[in-house]
Amino acid sequence: MAKTLTRADLSEAVYRAVGLSRNESADLVESILQHISNAVVAGETVKISSFGTFSVREKGARMGRNPKTGEEVPIEPRRVLVFRPSHILKDKINGA
Amino acid sequence: MIKSELIQKLADENPHLFQRDVERIVAAVFDEIADALSRGDRVELRGFGAFSVKQRDARVGRNPRTGESVDVPEKRAPFFKTGKDLRDRMNG
Repeated sequence: MAKTLTRADLSEAVYRAVGLSRNESADLVESILQHISNAVVAGETVKISSFGTFSVREKGARMGRNPKTGEEVPIEPRRVLVFRPSHILKDKINGA
Repeated sequence: MIKSELIQKLADENPHLFQRDVERIVAAVFDEIADALSRGDRVELRGFGAFSVKQRDARVGRNPRTGESVDVPEKRAPFFKTGKDLRDRMNG
């Protein structure tokens, strides 16, 4: 049965890897996520070798449709985050 | 930003840690996510996003250069969905 991991599991992994307190391990996980978030918010690409790349894509304005009412609604131009997994990660997931 | 720059930022904020420990910490986080995905588990990081695995069925593809048909076997692909807070911050 597939499980869902959370920040707590990542903190536990940090705790096991280095001899820090659980609190400090949790803070470091949070710092990592904050640094990645801040970079993408600034429009930067974040490249984690052997894991993958987070990049920002600009989407233009377009007309959308409310699928329930069929009504046309404008969709504003926006920025979306795209994660492109590395080959190493893809191979690992496919048991290579 | 690349991984070594991320490590440097964390090292600067945590002068009491050895550089090699910061490297281990960053590796532990990404390895834990990769290991979870390879078991078919999800990783949900509220506010940031969620990593999951999608099943791709086998299909007949085509070599775009030669037009030749090729069998593409079924495979699993990692997928990331951006969390609401981060999506909002990007468009704030």
